[in-house]
Amino acid sequence: MRNAFCAALVTLSAERQFAFLTGDLGFMALEPLQAAMGDRFINAGVAEQNMVSVAAGMASGGLQSWAYSIAPFVYARPFEQIRNDVCLHDLNVKLVANGGGYGYGVMGATHHAIEDYGVMSALQNMRVHVPAFADDVEPIAARMAADPHPAYLRLGRCEKPKDHVLPEYAPWRRLLSGTTGVLVVVGPGAGGVLALASSMPEAERPDVWVATQLPLAIETMPLLLIERIRTTGALFVLEEHVAQGGAGQMLAHLLLVNGMAPRRFEHFHAHGYRSGRYGSQGFHRTENGIDAATVLAATV
Amino acid sequence: MTPATRPNAVTPARARARLLQMHYEAKVGHIGGNLSALDAMLHLHTQVIGENDVFVLSKGHSAGALYIALWAIGEIADDELASFHKDNTRLGGHPVAHWHKRIVFATGSLGHGLGLAAGVALGKRLRGESGTVYCLLSDGECEEGSIWEAAMFARHQKLANLVVLVDANGLQGFGSTAEVASLEPLAPKFAGFGLDTIEIDGHSPGALDAALAGRSDAPRVILLRTIKGKGVSFMEGRMEWHYLALNDDQYRAALTELGA
Repeated sequence: MRNAFCAALVTLSAERQFAFLTGDLGFMALEPLQAAMGDRFINAGVAEQNMVSVAAGMASGGLQSWAYSIAPFVYARPFEQIRNDVCLHDLNVKLVANGGGYGYGVMGATHHAIEDYGVMSALQNMRVHVPAFADDVEPIAARMAADPHPAYLRLGRCEKPKDHVLPEYAPWRRLLSGTTGVLVVVGPGAGGVLALASSMPEAERPDVWVATQLPLAIETMPLLLIERIRTTGALFVLEEHVAQGGAGQMLAHLLLVNGMAPRRFEHFHAHGYRSGRYGSQGFHRTENGIDAATVLAATV
Repeated sequence: MTPATRPNAVTPARARARLLQMHYEAKVGHIGGNLSALDAMLHLHTQVIGENDVFVLSKGHSAGALYIALWAIGEIADDELASFHKDNTRLGGHPVAHWHKRIVFATGSLGHGLGLAAGVALGKRLRGESGTVYCLLSDGECEEGSIWEAAMFARHQKLANLVVLVDANGLQGFGSTAEVASLEPLAPKFAGFGLDTIEIDGHSPGALDAALAGRSDAPRVILLRTIKGKGVSFMEGRMEWHYLALNDDQYRAALTELGA
């Protein structure tokens, strides 16, 4: 998704004025953006607290500012700067986090982001975007640029099955129809689910939906989704994020307070590092029971 | 009215008396650090800062001095000062955002203002806008690592439109800056980051004017050597006035000293 993000911002930079800050990351990825933006592309160095404050300062004067780093270094290290400088002032700052979830794999837990969007969603004025596919990045970046409020973008590695044609981008999309319930996926894990579930008979698989914009709200949930949850009576949520503050908790809360709680609810989410062993993103998904095969087997 | 033509009708003694009245009526502290910063903030707002300039109060606990400086130039009304620290006020114990064009940022958590100010300064340059960004830190605040991230950034970006003032009163929350962090010498620390650093008497408007003149292409740092509690003898140089509120006798004694 990183290349799609770079291409999207190169396009946007020709259309509107903004500044782009990086925390010394982007080698072999962001060079085209650097070339396109000139002095508005700023390497802020390995100093993420300052990077976010500077972004807020620029935005306070009317210059939209994007700040980019590996996920934990953009949402966790400068958390208070995001909370106070950006969100309290409702400034036009876009935080871009590369490597959401267990994306950095064997690089270790310091580089993972499994509680990021829960934390970001809790902040005043913050909008969160979690693209599921590389194709989502351009429309999401355009929406972020057009919206004058704080935003957090969690990038990952696109896992879309080859030749699969996605529906046009929307914050909620139905990817497959099924009958065993409704499976809501947040993040690139949707690709693996698509690949596996596409070969399963409709009678043995759930409706597969993907949500990309948080926090969730009942008003923006498609009526078809609500109807499918009601008629199937089962809701499954898959996300590469801990339960606390995740989309599963948001959905459960929304459905409960609106009197729409399904008979069955299962939440497949990250737990952390239960074995103390490290590996690829796939290794961590399997250990946490959030790989496509485990989840689809449980939704029958 | 430009700063150059604006009469300085509010004397430092009058400003001090109004600041003490505000804190006395609200029964709150943070008086010492307000009094150490007041002379510089009053002079900046009455004589230096113009429409295109931005002032960032990084030491947000000196909000009272900011309100008084804005009152002195007619930007905050006297009856608004009466709401200080009360329910339904816009004059919080630390500045709050979204209500006054000259209070750009809600501050209070230390270490944020210099990065914000650097961003404002860089944004001005990128957009081709005029104006200088003034940022007031406390010396104790320089224990925050983010200050030095911002100092390095400001120097690297050659933010000549940035002026950093440090209210160096030598006292912080639970001891002197020497006892807590061996903070001094502070000037060589800023100078070591490549910032154009000067130390002055922080209560002298003339020294401040001189320090603001003749700047280089590097951000200027002005270390204001100040006295915590300045102007009230029983507060001067005493750490407890970081916290204490004035009782009736103390308030009367302070006003007498100030000739108010």
